[in-house]
Amino acid sequence: MLRLEKCEIANGVFTVRADLQIAAGSRVAVVGPSGAGKTTLIEAIAGFLPLIQGRILWRRQDLNAMDPGKRPVAMLFQDGNLFPHLTVAQNAGLGLRPNLRLTLPEQAKVQRALDRVGLADLAARKPAALSGGQQSRVALARVLLQRRDLLLLDEPFAALGPALKAEMLDLVAEIASETGATVLMVSHDPQDARRIADHVILVAEGQAHAPQPTAELLDNPPPALKAYLG
Amino acid sequence: MARRAEPIGAVPGIGAALLVAALIFGTLAAVALRAESGRGFAASDWAALRFTLVQALLSAGISVGLATGLARALARRRFWGRSVLIALLGAPFILPVIVAILGLLAVFGRAGWVSQVLIYLGAEPLQIYGLHGVVLAHVFFNLPLATRLILQGWQEIPAERFRLAAQLNAGPVAMWQLLEAPMLRRVVPGALAVVFAICLSSFAVALTLGGGPRATTIELAIYQAFRFDFDLGRAALLSVLQLGLTGCAAYVALRVSAGEGMGAGLDRALRRWDGAGGAARLLDAGWIALAGLFLVLPLAAVVLSGLPGLLLLPGAVWAAALTSVLVAVISTLLLLVLALPMAAAVALGRRKVIEGAGILGLAASPLVIGTGLFIVIYPIADPFMLALPVTALVNAVMALPFALRILVPRAREITMRYSRLALSLDMVGTAFVWRVFLPRMRAQIGFAAGLAAALSMGDLGVIALFADPEVATLPLQVYRLMGAYQMQAAAGAALLLLLLSMGAFWILDRGGRWHAEA
Repeated sequence: MLRLEKCEIANGVFTVRADLQIAAGSRVAVVGPSGAGKTTLIEAIAGFLPLIQGRILWRRQDLNAMDPGKRPVAMLFQDGNLFPHLTVAQNAGLGLRPNLRLTLPEQAKVQRALDRVGLADLAARKPAALSGGQQSRVALARVLLQRRDLLLLDEPFAALGPALKAEMLDLVAEIASETGATVLMVSHDPQDARRIADHVILVAEGQAHAPQPTAELLDNPPPALKAYLG
Repeated sequence: MARRAEPIGAVPGIGAALLVAALIFGTLAAVALRAESGRGFAASDWAALRFTLVQALLSAGISVGLATGLARALARRRFWGRSVLIALLGAPFILPVIVAILGLLAVFGRAGWVSQVLIYLGAEPLQIYGLHGVVLAHVFFNLPLATRLILQGWQEIPAERFRLAAQLNAGPVAMWQLLEAPMLRRVVPGALAVVFAICLSSFAVALTLGGGPRATTIELAIYQAFRFDFDLGRAALLSVLQLGLTGCAAYVALRVSAGEGMGAGLDRALRRWDGAGGAARLLDAGWIALAGLFLVLPLAAVVLSGLPGLLLLPGAVWAAALTSVLVAVISTLLLLVLALPMAAAVALGRRKVIEGAGILGLAASPLVIGTGLFIVIYPIADPFMLALPVTALVNAVMALPFALRILVPRAREITMRYSRLALSLDMVGTAFVWRVFLPRMRAQIGFAAGLAAALSMGDLGVIALFADPEVATLPLQVYRLMGAYQMQAAAGAALLLLLLSMGAFWILDRGGRWHAEA
């Protein structure tokens, strides 16, 4: 279980408050108006933003003192998820070893991960030679190799077309079921939430609300969500 | 988490900056302690100060004056070879001084091309040695730099203004009042200050074309006090004077200068409607042709006069060339070891400490550092044994300000774009340095290394102070051959030096950009 205990997160001048818990293995969409603090919430869990007060616990372990790379977190950012000077295999391999000194069995693992996301033949390419969808797949192959308990997505597929985005979300759902990861996904599209999320966290006016079942919340939105959904 | 986490630390960069500051201040302190024991300034010292100021003022005035006309012509004309000419304006920066001197002698010297024409016409040949020779060489080096600085000013006038002026049917006078004069008021003081500051610490030019009691700069006087009289007290006193002078000038230049003239985009085409008249065309063509000849002829002379001697070079020249390459390699490595951590530290927000050290490098004079190092080393070891390491070190420190200007923007971009991704993947420390920072800096490292290698290869400064007769770098060897009136060999060696400097720059710059991703 992921617990955010009376958290207050600082992001420059504004703060986001959160006091909630998320069941292990669930898939949660984080929705709300832009500027309300969706990304702030995700980045605090990933360790990029400091807490003014409160604690973040994963399986009763306090994450506060841990550096981003040491947390049980794999994260995909809005953009810049790949290093342009590294090959597809190297970018994925970072999920196993940050210094890329891969043993032979590890290299085989990388190849299997690339197979899994449908990029088996493109291992030696550089990201610039890939389409947007293929680049997303490389990042997902890396997530697969990282095997972290928590997968945080900050709208990494926002630049893709609707069909491609749906395809990527399905792939995320598959990967999450295979690895048993708990998924938190920022989104401004309620369709994304319906597609893969069982619960939704509404972030509005600097407050992250406790997760609620997706269909229930979206079919019967509270005023703040209603104003946003229109 | 008081401070934002970063995948690399600023400590190595701060260490490097402190090292550079220690070198500059340490040598300065050594010099100052020595200077106290001496006496006041002699008449010849005042003469050196006066000459230094006069030649720097004249060089700055003439360079910037000519550059204004040339930049104006380049700004409003499009012609075949324009971008080549503008690229060529960057070349004198890495051109070895001694090579340019030989070229200028071949064109403007007593037996040069211009003199031959004058003799043919029944006139007296030119006399290049003295104040006007020094100024001529300084204009040769700084006219291109000033032109780039002023051209940048012209290019920064928005295209809409020219469109508006054309729409208003502004004539040449209105054009001048509306657009050109305000821009020049902003840009010219900076260009003047930069050229003035550069010419203050002129050594190699004064050494070859000046000399004598009436044409000695302070840097040259330091060298003479040191080399001929071994009067460390006087050398130290002059060093303090020099440092005060360059320190003030560098400070003023940094305060008033707008750009650095190394930026890209100077060959950007801009549609212009003014200056369409016949007289204006003729004027601009004249400027461009004359300036082009002034810059290209000496280089052509070096190549033409050097070719016959190139195959008959004495063994000493090849040995000196090897020494120079070695010094350039060590100097370039030293520079990178200092500059890369410093650039990273600036990118992480430690601006003041690091850039302060970089600016120190700009104000410090090689001869002053050299004198200081000599004073420090003298009681411990034979300084002449350390001539080459000292030269490599001083060259690296001199190249540091330029390297930082090249490296810092890219380092900042890398940490901004990739810090969080790297942190989330636990790529910190060496993993980040080797897998992200260095590969992504490659093009900038190549450019900075190319500049450093070329500058070091062509440097005729500290080495002249330290070298004994058995040791020589290639520039020093050229100077010695000139002194021995072996002009054929000197020309050949100068051509070799030109090829090595430009070659080193080209290889490193190209190497950095080879297969580099954006």
